[in-house]
Amino acid sequence: MKLKVIGGIVVLLSVLIAACQSDADQEFKRYYTGGAAIYKQKCQNCHGNNGEGLTSLIPPLTDTTFLKKNKNYLACIVRNGINERVLTINSKAYEGPMPANTDLAPIQIAKVLTFVTNSFGNKQGVITVDVVEKDLEGCQ
Amino acid sequence: MKKLAGAFFLLLVFTACKFKANESKLPILGQRQAVTKTVNGKQVVDTVYQTIPDFKFVNQYGDTITQKSLKGNIYVADFFFTTCPSICPIMHRNMLKVYNDFKNVPDFKIISHTIDPKHDSVAVLKKYADKLGISGNNWWLLQGKKEDTYTLGQKHYLVAVMQDNGAPGGYVHQGWFVLVDKQRRIRGYYDGTKEEEVAKMMDDIKTLRGEVNTEIAQ
Repeated sequence: MKLKVIGGIVVLLSVLIAACQSDADQEFKRYYTGGAAIYKQKCQNCHGNNGEGLTSLIPPLTDTTFLKKNKNYLACIVRNGINERVLTINSKAYEGPMPANTDLAPIQIAKVLTFVTNSFGNKQGVITVDVVEKDLEGCQ
Repeated sequence: MKKLAGAFFLLLVFTACKFKANESKLPILGQRQAVTKTVNGKQVVDTVYQTIPDFKFVNQYGDTITQKSLKGNIYVADFFFTTCPSICPIMHRNMLKVYNDFKNVPDFKIISHTIDPKHDSVAVLKKYADKLGISGNNWWLLQGKKEDTYTLGQKHYLVAVMQDNGAPGGYVHQGWFVLVDKQRRIRGYYDGTKEEEVAKMMDDIKTLRGEVNTEIAQ
């Protein structure tokens, strides 16, 4: 009996919490879960389950400072890849190329970036499709 | 109480399975042939297993590597190329675990054949090895004539390797790790992109090392 009452309260509370979620929260969740699926398909082989990269060959995605500093450049990296450019990540130089992902639409780039910049110890909040579209215009 | 008994029973069943699995010996894979030989004037039928033939490649240090260099070793072979964008990073992330676990084992080696020898020169392979964090002589990255590598892969390790400009990075290949014993026989195939299969391979290497070499050496 007691169990049922407690169970009932828990269910009620979770419904309340879910209902109270703001639109922003829901938007974030949509981006984040969509991004997780894209990450698995497009990025995980090289960058790893936990964004750990691979020794000195492939950079990790755990350098929060790098990701913050280069916030507006990230969309270009995802879409166009990297050639001949050395990136210093976690104070280590990475020089290998990264393949381009020209098949990803801006919304997909936004989702995967939201996932990456809010996983592996990063916490940047949502990166919207509007921001990504603007950033992509500035790619070199 | 009844539930508890049920749980206990289940536990028993699982342990039983586990005991059985521990006794297993690795199978000998590949093609085989029955051959009739005359030993001491008597006709004897013997099984000849497929073996990996002689080869000649160069490793990341520029040293020539042949089957002789692998004599007395169990080894794992795979195929990769340094600019591979698809499955190689995950294969070598997993292989790195194997390397680190068996670094101090005297009779075990890893050989990775590049399927893109035009790009992957000795210098490129050395750089890759350094960046991957491997040194010493337990893991060789091998480079040689393209046809030799492809024939070895397709005909002898029985894995697919070929050039295909439509594939990511320009090559088709599978992520197999092939386990070979001291008699050059294939003893296991493991999907190098799957952590659990690589874990099984590590167990199998231990099993293989414990195997007494009483079987017919060819």
